[in-house]
Amino acid sequence: MKKECKDCGAELTIPQDSMVGEIITCPDCGTDFEILSKNQDTVEMREAESVGEDWGQ
Amino acid sequence: MIRICIIYDKLRFEEKKIYSKIKEKGLDATLVDGKSITFDTESSKRDPVFGDIILQRVISYTRGLHLTYCLEQMGLPIVNSYNVSEICGNKLITSMILKKNDVPTPKTTFAFSTESARECMKNLGYPLVVKPIIGSWGRGVYQIKDQSMAEMLLDTRQDNDNSYSRIYYLQELIDRPSRDIRCIVIGDEIAASVYRYSSENEWRTNVAVGGRTEEAPLTSELQEIVLKASNAIGGGILGVDLMEDKARGYLVHEVNNTVEFRGASAVCKSDIAGAMTDYLLKMSTK
Repeated sequence: MKKECKDCGAELTIPQDSMVGEIITCPDCGTDFEILSKNQDTVEMREAESVGEDWGQ
Repeated sequence: MIRICIIYDKLRFEEKKIYSKIKEKGLDATLVDGKSITFDTESSKRDPVFGDIILQRVISYTRGLHLTYCLEQMGLPIVNSYNVSEICGNKLITSMILKKNDVPTPKTTFAFSTESARECMKNLGYPLVVKPIIGSWGRGVYQIKDQSMAEMLLDTRQDNDNSYSRIYYLQELIDRPSRDIRCIVIGDEIAASVYRYSSENEWRTNVAVGGRTEEAPLTSELQEIVLKASNAIGGGILGVDLMEDKARGYLVHEVNNTVEFRGASAVCKSDIAGAMTDYLLKMSTK
Protein backbone atom coordinates (compact mmCIF):
# COMPACT_ATOMS: atom_id res chain seq x y z
CA MET A 1 0.00 0.00 0.00
CA LYS A 2 1.23 3.53 -0.82
CA LYS A 3 0.71 6.75 1.09
CA GLU A 4 1.98 10.29 0.70
CA CYS A 5 4.24 11.85 3.34
CA LYS A 6 2.34 14.75 4.93
CA ASP A 7 5.59 16.66 5.43
CA CYS A 8 7.41 16.41 2.09
CA GLY A 9 5.04 14.61 -0.27
CA ALA A 10 7.34 11.63 -0.86
CA GLU A 11 5.80 8.21 -1.40
CA LEU A 12 5.60 5.98 1.68
CA THR A 13 5.34 2.23 1.28
CA ILE A 14 3.25 0.55 3.97
CA PRO A 15 4.34 -3.10 4.29
CA GLN A 16 1.59 -5.70 3.97
CA ASP A 17 2.26 -7.13 7.45
CA SER A 18 2.45 -3.77 9.24
CA MET A 19 0.21 -3.35 12.26
CA VAL A 20 -1.47 -0.54 14.18
CA GLY A 21 1.14 1.11 16.42
CA GLU A 22 4.06 0.51 14.06
CA ILE A 23 6.23 3.37 12.88
CA ILE A 24 6.74 4.14 9.19
CA THR A 25 9.67 6.43 8.40
CA CYS A 26 9.62 8.66 5.32
CA PRO A 27 12.62 7.68 3.16
CA ASP A 28 13.07 11.29 1.98
CA CYS A 29 12.61 13.57 4.99
CA GLY A 30 12.90 11.04 7.83
CA THR A 31 9.62 11.96 9.51
CA ASP A 32 8.18 9.11 11.57
CA PHE A 33 4.50 8.25 11.23
CA GLU A 34 2.52 5.95 13.52
CA ILE A 35 -0.15 3.71 12.00
CA LEU A 36 -3.45 4.59 13.67
CA SER A 37 -5.75 2.23 11.79
CA LYS A 38 -5.40 -0.13 8.88
CA ASN A 39 -7.67 -2.26 6.76
CA GLN A 40 -7.56 -3.83 3.32
CA ASP A 41 -7.63 -0.55 1.37
CA THR A 42 -6.87 2.30 3.74
CA VAL A 43 -4.35 3.23 6.33
CA GLU A 44 -4.60 6.17 8.71
CA MET A 45 -1.41 7.64 10.15
CA ARG A 46 -0.27 10.49 12.37
CA GLU A 47 3.13 11.98 13.09
CA ALA A 48 4.80 9.81 15.73
CA GLU A 49 6.04 11.02 19.10
CA SER A 50 9.63 12.18 18.96
CA VAL A 51 12.22 10.01 20.71
CA GLY A 52 12.32 10.90 24.40
CA GLU A 53 15.37 10.90 26.66
CA ASP A 54 13.70 8.17 28.72
CA TRP A 55 13.08 5.87 25.74
CA GLY A 56 14.75 2.51 25.71
CA GLN A 57 14.50 -1.05 26.87
CA MET B 1 -9.03 -19.21 27.27
CA ILE B 2 -6.16 -17.28 28.86
CA ARG B 3 -5.92 -13.76 27.52
CA ILE B 4 -2.60 -11.92 27.45
CA CYS B 5 -2.57 -8.15 27.03
CA ILE B 6 0.54 -6.50 25.60
CA ILE B 7 0.78 -2.80 26.40
CA TYR B 8 3.04 -0.85 24.03
CA ASP B 9 3.52 2.73 22.92
CA LYS B 10 5.57 2.01 19.81
CA LEU B 11 5.15 -1.37 18.19
CA ARG B 12 8.59 -2.90 17.59
CA PHE B 13 9.78 -6.21 16.18
CA GLU B 14 9.61 -7.73 19.68
CA GLU B 15 5.97 -6.87 20.43
CA LYS B 16 4.87 -8.20 17.02
CA LYS B 17 6.83 -11.38 17.58
CA ILE B 18 5.38 -12.01 21.05
CA TYR B 19 1.86 -11.20 19.81
CA SER B 20 2.04 -13.69 16.95
CA LYS B 21 3.62 -16.33 19.22
CA ILE B 22 0.74 -16.02 21.73
CA LYS B 23 -1.74 -16.50 18.87
CA GLU B 24 0.28 -19.40 17.49
CA LYS B 25 0.02 -21.15 20.85
CA GLY B 26 -3.78 -20.88 20.67
CA LEU B 27 -4.08 -18.20 23.37
CA ASP B 28 -5.89 -14.90 23.16
CA ALA B 29 -3.75 -11.79 22.71
CA THR B 30 -4.58 -8.10 22.68
CA LEU B 31 -2.33 -5.18 21.82
CA VAL B 32 -3.19 -2.04 23.76
CA ASP B 33 -1.60 1.34 23.05
CA GLY B 34 -0.37 2.70 26.39
CA LYS B 35 -0.81 6.24 25.06
CA SER B 36 -4.57 5.68 24.82
CA ILE B 37 -5.15 4.27 28.33
CA THR B 38 -6.76 6.47 30.97
CA PHE B 39 -7.42 5.69 34.63
CA ASP B 40 -9.24 7.30 37.49
CA THR B 41 -9.29 6.51 41.17
CA GLU B 42 -12.45 4.45 40.64
CA SER B 43 -10.95 2.28 37.89
CA SER B 44 -11.41 -1.42 38.49
CA LYS B 45 -9.73 -4.52 37.22
CA ARG B 46 -12.97 -5.67 35.60
CA ASP B 47 -11.99 -3.95 32.36
CA PRO B 48 -11.78 -6.98 30.03
CA VAL B 49 -9.22 -5.30 27.75
CA PHE B 50 -6.46 -6.12 30.25
CA GLY B 51 -7.14 -9.86 30.11
CA ASP B 52 -5.65 -12.32 32.62
CA ILE B 53 -2.10 -11.00 32.60
CA ILE B 54 -0.37 -7.92 31.21
CA LEU B 55 3.00 -7.72 29.52
CA GLN B 56 4.27 -4.16 29.84
CA ARG B 57 6.38 -3.27 26.77
CA VAL B 58 6.23 0.53 26.80
CA ILE B 59 9.31 2.21 25.32
CA SER B 60 9.09 5.36 27.49
CA TYR B 61 10.42 4.53 30.95
CA THR B 62 8.36 7.23 32.68
CA ARG B 63 5.12 6.31 30.91
CA GLY B 64 5.66 2.60 31.48
CA LEU B 65 6.45 3.08 35.15
CA HIS B 66 3.32 5.10 35.89
CA LEU B 67 1.07 2.81 33.85
CA THR B 68 2.49 -0.18 35.71
CA TYR B 69 1.78 1.49 39.05
CA CYS B 70 -1.88 2.11 38.13
CA LEU B 71 -2.39 -1.42 36.82
CA GLU B 72 -0.71 -2.98 39.83
CA GLN B 73 -2.81 -0.87 42.20
CA MET B 74 -5.91 -2.22 40.44
CA GLY B 75 -4.78 -5.71 41.38
CA LEU B 76 -3.87 -6.79 37.86
CA PRO B 77 -0.98 -9.20 37.33
CA ILE B 78 1.71 -7.44 35.30
CA VAL B 79 5.15 -8.39 34.00
CA ASN B 80 7.43 -6.76 35.00
CA SER B 81 6.33 -5.37 38.35
CA TYR B 82 6.54 -1.68 39.29
CA ASN B 83 9.52 -2.29 41.58
CA VAL B 84 11.44 -4.16 38.89
CA SER B 85 10.62 -1.49 36.31
CA GLU B 86 11.86 1.27 38.60
CA ILE B 87 15.11 -0.50 39.46
CA CYS B 88 15.93 -1.38 35.84
CA GLY B 89 15.05 2.03 34.43
CA ASN B 90 17.43 3.88 36.73
CA LYS B 91 21.10 2.93 36.44
CA LEU B 92 21.96 4.40 39.85
CA ILE B 93 19.37 2.19 41.57
CA THR B 94 20.42 -0.85 39.48
CA SER B 95 24.09 -0.45 40.50
CA MET B 96 23.20 -0.06 44.17
CA ILE B 97 20.90 -3.11 44.19
CA LEU B 98 23.45 -5.28 42.35
CA LYS B 99 26.22 -4.33 44.78
CA LYS B 100 23.99 -4.82 47.82
CA ASN B 101 23.25 -8.37 46.61
CA ASP B 102 26.91 -9.22 45.95
CA VAL B 103 26.49 -9.31 42.18
CA PRO B 104 29.84 -8.34 40.60
CA THR B 105 29.41 -4.91 39.02
CA PRO B 106 31.73 -2.08 37.92
CA LYS B 107 32.75 0.43 40.57
CA THR B 108 30.51 3.46 40.11
CA THR B 109 30.52 6.87 41.77
CA PHE B 110 27.46 9.12 42.01
CA ALA B 111 27.52 12.91 42.25
CA PHE B 112 24.58 15.27 42.59
CA SER B 113 25.86 18.60 41.32
CA THR B 114 28.23 19.93 38.66
CA GLU B 115 30.78 20.95 41.29
CA SER B 116 30.84 17.61 43.09
CA ALA B 117 30.99 15.74 39.74
CA ARG B 118 34.03 17.83 38.73
CA GLU B 119 35.73 17.02 42.04
CA CYS B 120 34.88 13.30 41.77
CA MET B 121 36.25 13.04 38.22
CA LYS B 122 39.50 14.75 39.20
CA ASN B 123 39.90 12.34 42.12
CA LEU B 124 38.94 9.23 40.12
CA GLY B 125 41.26 10.08 37.24
CA TYR B 126 40.84 9.26 33.56
CA PRO B 127 39.66 7.47 31.52
CA LEU B 128 36.22 6.95 33.00
CA VAL B 129 32.72 6.37 31.66
CA VAL B 130 29.77 8.71 32.17
CA LYS B 131 26.21 7.52 31.63
CA PRO B 132 22.84 9.20 32.09
CA ILE B 133 20.98 7.42 34.91
CA ILE B 134 17.86 7.20 32.73
CA GLY B 135 18.01 6.36 29.03
CA SER B 136 19.06 3.58 26.76
CA TRP B 137 20.63 2.45 23.47
CA GLY B 138 23.99 3.91 24.49
CA ARG B 139 22.75 7.49 24.18
CA GLY B 140 24.65 9.98 26.34
CA VAL B 141 27.25 7.34 27.25
CA TYR B 142 30.73 8.83 26.93
CA GLN B 143 34.24 7.72 27.59
CA ILE B 144 35.90 10.70 29.28
CA LYS B 145 39.60 10.65 28.50
CA ASP B 146 40.86 13.80 30.20
CA GLN B 147 39.94 16.92 32.14
CA SER B 148 39.05 18.96 29.03
CA MET B 149 36.52 16.33 27.95
CA ALA B 150 35.15 16.31 31.49
CA GLU B 151 34.65 20.09 31.36
CA MET B 152 32.84 19.80 28.02
CA LEU B 153 30.48 17.21 29.49
CA LEU B 154 29.84 19.29 32.61
CA ASP B 155 29.04 22.33 30.45
CA THR B 156 26.62 20.35 28.30
CA ARG B 157 24.92 18.80 31.28
CA GLN B 158 24.60 22.17 33.02
CA ASP B 159 22.81 23.62 29.98
CA ASN B 160 20.32 20.75 29.96
CA ASP B 161 17.00 21.47 31.69
CA ASN B 162 16.36 17.80 32.42
CA SER B 163 16.56 17.42 36.20
CA TYR B 164 18.28 14.04 35.80
CA SER B 165 21.17 15.70 33.96
CA ARG B 166 22.49 17.03 37.31
CA ILE B 167 22.86 13.51 38.64
CA TYR B 168 26.20 12.07 37.58
CA TYR B 169 26.90 8.37 37.14
CA LEU B 170 30.67 7.93 36.82
CA GLN B 171 31.92 4.43 36.15
CA GLU B 172 35.36 2.87 35.94
CA LEU B 173 36.38 1.94 32.37
CA ILE B 174 36.55 -1.84 32.20
CA ASP B 175 39.46 -3.54 30.46
CA ARG B 176 37.43 -5.94 28.31
CA PRO B 177 37.27 -7.42 24.81
CA SER B 178 35.37 -5.30 22.27
CA ARG B 179 32.11 -6.99 23.18
CA ASP B 180 29.66 -7.46 26.02
CA ILE B 181 27.16 -10.20 26.77
CA ARG B 182 23.36 -9.93 26.74
CA CYS B 183 21.42 -12.67 28.51
CA ILE B 184 17.65 -12.84 28.25
CA VAL B 185 16.21 -14.16 31.49
CA ILE B 186 12.64 -15.41 31.68
CA GLY B 187 11.70 -16.39 35.23
CA ASP B 188 14.37 -18.84 36.37
CA GLU B 189 15.57 -19.69 32.87
CA ILE B 190 18.04 -18.04 30.54
CA ALA B 191 16.40 -18.10 27.11
CA ALA B 192 19.36 -16.71 25.16
CA SER B 193 22.90 -15.45 25.61
CA VAL B 194 24.68 -13.43 22.95
CA TYR B 195 27.88 -11.49 22.48
CA ARG B 196 27.34 -7.95 21.25
CA TYR B 197 30.41 -6.72 19.37
CA SER B 198 31.03 -3.02 18.95
CA SER B 199 31.23 -1.78 15.38
CA GLU B 200 34.32 -0.19 13.86
CA ASN B 201 35.34 3.14 15.45
CA GLU B 202 32.80 2.62 18.23
CA TRP B 203 33.47 1.34 21.77
CA ARG B 204 29.81 0.98 22.79
CA THR B 205 28.32 -2.43 22.01
CA ASN B 206 24.62 -1.53 21.76
CA VAL B 207 22.82 -2.97 18.73
CA ALA B 208 21.24 0.50 18.39
CA VAL B 209 24.70 1.95 17.56
CA GLY B 210 25.58 -0.77 15.08
CA GLY B 211 26.84 -3.59 17.31
CA ARG B 212 26.58 -7.09 15.84
CA THR B 213 25.49 -10.17 17.77
CA GLU B 214 26.75 -13.73 17.96
CA GLU B 215 25.54 -16.61 20.14
CA ALA B 216 27.56 -16.85 23.38
CA PRO B 217 28.13 -20.10 25.27
CA LEU B 218 26.15 -20.23 28.49
CA THR B 219 28.72 -21.42 31.01
CA SER B 220 27.69 -22.42 34.53
CA GLU B 221 29.56 -19.39 35.91
CA LEU B 222 27.71 -17.04 33.56
CA GLN B 223 24.41 -18.69 34.38
CA GLU B 224 24.98 -18.31 38.12
CA ILE B 225 25.83 -14.60 37.93
CA VAL B 226 22.97 -13.80 35.56
CA LEU B 227 20.35 -15.53 37.70
CA LYS B 228 21.78 -13.89 40.81
CA ALA B 229 21.44 -10.49 39.12
CA SER B 230 17.89 -11.27 37.98
CA ASN B 231 16.86 -12.36 41.48
CA ALA B 232 18.46 -9.27 43.02
CA ILE B 233 16.40 -7.03 40.74
CA GLY B 234 13.16 -8.90 41.48
CA GLY B 235 12.82 -11.33 38.55
CA GLY B 236 10.51 -11.45 35.57
CA ILE B 237 11.48 -10.99 31.92
CA LEU B 238 14.84 -9.23 31.89
CA GLY B 239 17.89 -8.50 29.78
CA VAL B 240 21.05 -8.80 31.85
CA ASP B 241 24.13 -7.17 30.30
CA LEU B 242 27.63 -8.16 31.38
CA MET B 243 31.21 -7.24 30.56
CA GLU B 244 34.19 -9.60 30.75
CA ASP B 245 36.78 -7.83 32.88
CA LYS B 246 40.19 -9.27 32.02
CA ALA B 247 41.15 -9.46 35.71
CA ARG B 248 37.86 -9.92 37.59
CA GLY B 249 35.72 -11.92 35.15
CA TYR B 250 32.02 -11.20 34.60
CA LEU B 251 30.64 -7.84 35.75
CA VAL B 252 26.93 -7.03 35.40
CA HIS B 253 26.55 -3.45 34.25
CA GLU B 254 22.90 -3.17 33.27
CA VAL B 255 19.55 -4.94 33.59
CA ASN B 256 16.83 -4.11 31.06
CA ASN B 257 13.12 -4.10 31.83
CA THR B 258 11.47 -4.21 28.37
CA VAL B 259 14.31 -6.17 26.81
CA GLU B 260 14.84 -5.96 23.06
CA PHE B 261 15.83 -9.25 21.43
CA ARG B 262 15.86 -8.68 17.69
CA GLY B 263 19.64 -9.18 17.56
CA ALA B 264 19.54 -12.25 19.82
CA SER B 265 16.70 -13.93 17.93
CA ALA B 266 18.60 -13.60 14.65
CA VAL B 267 21.51 -15.70 15.95
CA CYS B 268 20.00 -17.96 18.64
CA LYS B 269 18.09 -21.14 17.98
CA SER B 270 15.96 -20.75 21.10
CA ASP B 271 12.40 -19.51 20.80
CA ILE B 272 12.61 -16.36 22.93
CA ALA B 273 9.06 -15.11 22.27
CA GLY B 274 7.72 -18.64 22.87
CA ALA B 275 9.49 -18.85 26.24
CA MET B 276 8.06 -15.44 27.19
CA THR B 277 4.56 -16.65 26.29
CA ASP B 278 4.96 -19.81 28.39
CA TYR B 279 6.15 -17.73 31.34
CA LEU B 280 3.18 -15.35 31.05
CA LEU B 281 0.82 -18.32 30.90
CA LYS B 282 2.40 -19.77 34.05
CA MET B 283 2.22 -16.43 35.87
CA SER B 284 -1.43 -15.88 34.87
CA THR B 285 -2.53 -18.98 36.72
CA LYS B 286 -0.55 -18.27 39.91
